[in-house]
Amino acid sequence: MMEIKKGIAVSPGISIAKALIIDSEDYRIPRRRIKPSQRMMEVQRVRNAFKNAGNELIQFEAARPEVLQDAKGSKIKDIFAVHLRYLRDRSLRKKVTDLVQTDQVTAEYAVSTVLRDIAAHFKKQKDAYISERAADIYDIERRLLKQLLGRKREDVGHLTEEVVVVARELSPTQTAGFNRAFVKGIASDAGGRTSHAAIIARSLGIPAVVALEDLTEYVLGGDTVIVDGNRGIVIVNPDEQTIRQYQEYSKEFIDLEHRLDAIRRKPAVTRDGVEVKLLGNIEFPDEAQVVLQKGGDGIGLYRTEFLYLNTDREPTEQDHYEAYAKTVRVFHDRPIVIRTMDLGADKYTQSKRFAPEPNPFLGLRSIRFCLQNLTMFKKQLRAILRVSVLGDVKIMFPLITNRQELMQAKMILHDVMEDLDEESIPCNRDIDVGIMIETPSAALTAFSLARDVDFFSVGTNDLTQYTLAVDRGNELVSTLYSSADPAVLRLLRTVIQDAHKAQIRLSVCGEMASEPEYIMLLLGLGVRTLSLTPPMIPEIKQVIRSVTTKDCNEVARKVLSMDSERHITRYVRNAARKILPEAF
Amino acid sequence: MAEEETLGNEVVEAELEVRNVDGLHMRPAMQFVDIANRFESQITVSNDQTSIDGKSIMQISMLAATCGAKLRIKAEGPDAHQAVEALRELVEEKHFDEPIQ
Repeated sequence: MMEIKKGIAVSPGISIAKALIIDSEDYRIPRRRIKPSQRMMEVQRVRNAFKNAGNELIQFEAARPEVLQDAKGSKIKDIFAVHLRYLRDRSLRKKVTDLVQTDQVTAEYAVSTVLRDIAAHFKKQKDAYISERAADIYDIERRLLKQLLGRKREDVGHLTEEVVVVARELSPTQTAGFNRAFVKGIASDAGGRTSHAAIIARSLGIPAVVALEDLTEYVLGGDTVIVDGNRGIVIVNPDEQTIRQYQEYSKEFIDLEHRLDAIRRKPAVTRDGVEVKLLGNIEFPDEAQVVLQKGGDGIGLYRTEFLYLNTDREPTEQDHYEAYAKTVRVFHDRPIVIRTMDLGADKYTQSKRFAPEPNPFLGLRSIRFCLQNLTMFKKQLRAILRVSVLGDVKIMFPLITNRQELMQAKMILHDVMEDLDEESIPCNRDIDVGIMIETPSAALTAFSLARDVDFFSVGTNDLTQYTLAVDRGNELVSTLYSSADPAVLRLLRTVIQDAHKAQIRLSVCGEMASEPEYIMLLLGLGVRTLSLTPPMIPEIKQVIRSVTTKDCNEVARKVLSMDSERHITRYVRNAARKILPEAF
Repeated sequence: MAEEETLGNEVVEAELEVRNVDGLHMRPAMQFVDIANRFESQITVSNDQTSIDGKSIMQISMLAATCGAKLRIKAEGPDAHQAVEALRELVEEKHFDEPIQ
């Protein structure tokens, strides 16, 4: 039966492929109804599942005779003996098949329901020994479901055909590991627009829809799934007509992509000859290639957090160096801005070593954390400085809120330069140093900060969050979050003007830079460098090539006189639609 | 032990007390069911709330009988005697090879 689920589109594109479910601890099976005529078959499926699960268990034991012989092994042997006894228990099996018959539900649903009932019964017992046995029941449930749901629920590492990955949620590590040749789409129950997994899906160019809430309850491994990363829709078991519609739609989308690709080599210049630099935001070295492919002029934001999140131990200086060197080699002569560690409010800085902070977003994170952990911070600085001789490398500090912080960071940077000098390790002592403007305090004192840096990069995501006091990840208030809010725009204008007066470079690197409807506004405010997610570079270039700065200035002027975010958004959308009707 | 003969089927009953400290958890339940399944007779186990099939691991574990619980065993079939005797030995004499109160 076809199911249409709505979620949040986080990475554009269409894909139609078979679902591969990534297992998670606590999946639920949907109440998938069956027709009366299917009952016999489902009952047989139940019987087969019990039989095969039992055989699998026996084989599992037989393959490990040595383990089962020692003292501890006999306990394991006992456990498996019990599990096997359960799998051969006729009354248990009958409970499941009875449910299939009377309620007309799938084998999976019946298995899960019956076993969970039993587990719940155990959990209720006061005796701890008995209540813990619920875990055994869940194990048996999993074993049976594995038989029923098939092998497709497992391995992402050894794909041989195109799939859509379906999961409750995906970690950045998992997403980054996907092989683009086979993983054609991503759909998850949880997640949001700005989650790291979403950002990675976008960078890899894999269509993705998240926040589907209960998709995993409707999909079984092997089901055909359509992921519409443009509209944020996922369709499970689409009917013939829907498949045909999507194939059409997909073709149109690919054509649009090709047309956009064609402008890859063309310069990002407005119709009245004003040049705009388009850079890419990346998280790991492999994406540098994508920036190049999409026609980017360099990297405006190289997020380095991955090095800290991907492993269990802190990255060594060499780990940093190798990652950065790999990236620089792709770009030799074009600018790469490496941002120092910006972690906070996540497992790294909230690890067991510290007492967890009650309000981590406003706490010891990012540059503050670095300034109090100099050994770690210097490792990263050393690596960046060493790599600076390989290309046009610039360094950027995040979350700077005042001049003292900036001066402190610069001083440490100079200390590291001295160290390297003493060790006769070459580095670029004139390396450009910039900061992220992402807090109201930095925006309001930009004129002062501008004196001591070579460039600003405006992080509109966090700037918007802090200015509007809204958590962008909280669905309850997400409608309040908007970079087109008059307050945010005023701050933005202030920063741009201050940078201009101090004659330092400025770029915008938040999501705003990748949204076509805001480009005219940004250009009109005076922005000449944008750093955005690589897959969007061609489309943004298209917008730039279609406008005049005169029109952009007009847009900015009008917008700054408006006091409603809704009016502003509607206005900029209309203005953009006039320029590029097909992109909207 | 009470005995009755109905339609050629022996019915034997007994009341057994669970003596081991940890009660009828997984392992003893297994042993119980293993032994029960050796016999042809139908075996029913009851407590104050319910009656269950003594050959089903699922149903025996659901009893969740703790130390001191009193269980009524009923065996019905040609080997009812032997069945009840074997079970009595397991529960009350060997106490599942586990420590008792």
